[in-house]
Amino acid sequence: MTRNYWQSIYKALTVFGAVSLLGGCDAALLDPKGPIGLAQRNMIITAFVVMLLVVIPVIIMTFWFAWKYRASNKDATYSPNWAHSNKLEAVVWGVPCIIILALSIITWHFTHSLNPQRPIESDQPPLQVQVVSLDWKWLFIYPELGIASVNELAMPTNRPVRFSITSATAMNSFFIPQLGSQIYAMGGMSNKLWLEASEPGVYRGTGANYTGNGFSGMQFNALAKTPEDFDAWVDQVKQSGEQLSVDRYNRLAEPSTRNPVEHFAVVQPHLYQTVIDETVGRGLEVKTAGAGE
Amino acid sequence: MFGKLSLDAIPYHEPILIGTFSAIVVLGVALLAAITYFRKWGYLWHDWITSVDHKKIGVMYIVVAIIMLVRGFSDAIMMRLQQAMSSGGGEGYLPPQHYDQIFTAHGTIMIFFMAMPFMIGLFNIVVPLQIGARDVAFPFLNNMSFWFTAFSAILINISLFVGEFGQVGWLAYPPLSGRDLSPGVGVDYWIWSVQLSGIGTLLTGVNFFATIIKMRAPGMTLFKMPIFTWTTFCACVMIIATFPILTVVITLLALDRTLGMHFFTNDLGGNQMMYVNLIWAWGHPEVYILILPAFGVFSEVTATFCKKRMFGYSTMVWATVAITVLSLFVWLHHFFTMGSGANVNAFFGIATMLIAIPTGVKIFNWLFTMYRGRVEFTTPMIYTLGFLVTFSVGGMTGVMLANPAADFVLHNSLFLIAHFHNVIIGGVVFGYLAGLAYWFPKVYGFKLNERLGKFSALCWIIGFWFAFMPLYALGFMGITRRVSTFVDPTPLMHTMFVIAAIGAGIILVGILAFVLQLVVGFAGKNKEYDLTGDPWGGRTLEWSISSPPPEYNFAVIPQVHDLDAFWDEKEKGTAYKRPDHYTDIHMPKSTVAGPVMGLFGFIMSFSIVWHIWWLAAFGLIATVLTFVIRSCSDDTDFYIKKDEVELTENEHFKNLEKQQA
Repeated sequence: MTRNYWQSIYKALTVFGAVSLLGGCDAALLDPKGPIGLAQRNMIITAFVVMLLVVIPVIIMTFWFAWKYRASNKDATYSPNWAHSNKLEAVVWGVPCIIILALSIITWHFTHSLNPQRPIESDQPPLQVQVVSLDWKWLFIYPELGIASVNELAMPTNRPVRFSITSATAMNSFFIPQLGSQIYAMGGMSNKLWLEASEPGVYRGTGANYTGNGFSGMQFNALAKTPEDFDAWVDQVKQSGEQLSVDRYNRLAEPSTRNPVEHFAVVQPHLYQTVIDETVGRGLEVKTAGAGE
Repeated sequence: MFGKLSLDAIPYHEPILIGTFSAIVVLGVALLAAITYFRKWGYLWHDWITSVDHKKIGVMYIVVAIIMLVRGFSDAIMMRLQQAMSSGGGEGYLPPQHYDQIFTAHGTIMIFFMAMPFMIGLFNIVVPLQIGARDVAFPFLNNMSFWFTAFSAILINISLFVGEFGQVGWLAYPPLSGRDLSPGVGVDYWIWSVQLSGIGTLLTGVNFFATIIKMRAPGMTLFKMPIFTWTTFCACVMIIATFPILTVVITLLALDRTLGMHFFTNDLGGNQMMYVNLIWAWGHPEVYILILPAFGVFSEVTATFCKKRMFGYSTMVWATVAITVLSLFVWLHHFFTMGSGANVNAFFGIATMLIAIPTGVKIFNWLFTMYRGRVEFTTPMIYTLGFLVTFSVGGMTGVMLANPAADFVLHNSLFLIAHFHNVIIGGVVFGYLAGLAYWFPKVYGFKLNERLGKFSALCWIIGFWFAFMPLYALGFMGITRRVSTFVDPTPLMHTMFVIAAIGAGIILVGILAFVLQLVVGFAGKNKEYDLTGDPWGGRTLEWSISSPPPEYNFAVIPQVHDLDAFWDEKEKGTAYKRPDHYTDIHMPKSTVAGPVMGLFGFIMSFSIVWHIWWLAAFGLIATVLTFVIRSCSDDTDFYIKKDEVELTENEHFKNLEKQQA
């Protein structure tokens, strides 16, 4: 009886926790679909629990002290001139120091292991995808496959993807919450990001840095597909017959909102580098410092 | 003749704007008519506008802050409403270009024109009184700083009705804020109003730095300074160190926009990363500039209302100093996602986390001040308790964001929004409102209604939790900031946004209660007068003089023997002692130069926004010329005769006796 009772309480708590704190299955960051996102989730939860070790006592002490030492409670000890204690000083400095030391070690370790530029180790060769933030849509170029798509990103599961990211206009940030890290897309520069999807599915991708009036619509679906399905998707794109020439790119780059998904069977070679060069100097020989390739 | 300015600049087609504009015009005309009818122009001019009295300047700063709080909060309500509507599907009621102006306005106004003036207002009212001084080091500069700030607030608000507000976010990252992508005048308004207010702030920083260094009462060594003065001092050090960066970086952006230069453009060698680095090299210390004085308020409030010495005073001071120094080395945590290497990111991440140590120490110190005290639940104390609980959570999420590997998924999400509102509302706003309730009787000689005050404080605290906890959850759902409509919203998302909107509604009730508190306070019949000048049983020097204090503050400069100088006097029975004799008191004279320079600075800035070059040149020359003329003037001071001092002081002693009888 008692055991059942506790079990049902535990069950209710778990469900409540999952729904209220984790937001159920809607909580993208807590329901990661790739190794990077998974490592990040576990690290965030670890850091959270470590910090609760000090935050919960602080909250309890606030209420407890305020109640116990309320002015109307004349039974409580009152020491108006007590203002120093070496023991307590040691505790108030010591506890935060220990917590922060632990968190610093976690931080140092994971900042290196989850560095977005660090290649994901795998027996599969990485897939290259070049990402261009336009006003207001995402262009994805697959240089090895010679194809491109707008507002739709497909990737095979269990194979690392090496993203090169730039912007033709304002600074944006390329982000697929369920897969993990985001990185800025900046004009004239190419940033690197490695991600991998471990399960097939459709994951919401978004711009994370405001780029102007059409920004709200800068969303895309990241389609994680089994290798066979991915090949089928590539074939489908190739059958679209559309060409992404420099001319067509320039038309695409004109501002538009909520652009529909587009597929391009053929892409002008080195289009990505051309976009960067044009953004930098409109054909002039000017080099910028930064995260260049 | 008028540059880019023409009648087209007025947004006739925006019903919300025209409605607001008409309301402001009607209210404005009514206000001016009332001032004329009651013949208050002379009083306003002599007693307020041209005054160099720090107490009056402080009040004017806080008036600006409260008006801007209402303005910025209206933006907040509109955003909450839009997201609550659009997350249910559909477009909501605000088109993107309007929504984007609103979030830009909200951030800009709340930081530059609400929080900063509020903070400087508290500096002005409190610091000279706390250190036993008769005024600040540079009274004319103080008046001038205020008018730069006030006119910059006017300038940023004019953009609502003449032209447009920027649509670039409150820090106006290029290249979006460059002239290619933002050809309108919105960003120029932003640049020049922030520039004008920044100059005011920098001069205030210099002023209070000098005041605290040079004008403390005899016996008040640095380690006998009240904590609020200490935090003001550290904030001023940061203002002096970092506001010049803001001035320079915005000047460079202005050169890009106005003269077609290429500091931060995509092309011709410009580098946007430089702007982001520079703006945060100012921007991060800025948030500590705001929070340190709030910490100072909580320290004063806790010691006073727990009837106990501050626990660990010297620890508190060193923690404040540590935060001041560390705050200069953490700016990069605002953009871990820019693509720096892991070593750089880890350095800034850990440097940021280190700040949690002195901050944690402070929290424990406040708790141990309550321990074995006698806690009185007044309005400022309610805010302090709300702060302790709320800020602990905000600090925790801050440390989460400080870890670069976590920031890669939390950056620019609503989790970030929830975090900084958690520390800005839960820390800065609660602190300043606590300070307002605490020092109000000192300035006006009567207490504000405590019932309404406590109700308002509870609304703020509860409203905050409702408004921002859902945003943490939304951040975990991968929702990013500055989005007005959603491509495929889920029911849970919608629920979260609706709860957040309800929270904003509860805060609105809190603000209304606060306004009502002011109305009841000023217009009500049964005021709770403070005849002793010490309504709360205070510990520091400001409570040793009458409320409101005389123009000269201290008839005789006090001799300080202890950290809690006034408490010490009360303990030893030396408080309220009639001096043997009075002397003439040397005081600064009111000046028209401050408001006049503010006006010319405003004309210059407005003209640059609209490219009216002849008028801009006139504004600049006139500003400088006014300053030169004022600097050459010898007629800047006067003496209050000792007989007059004696009369004023006798009045106060009579009140004291009445109270004791």
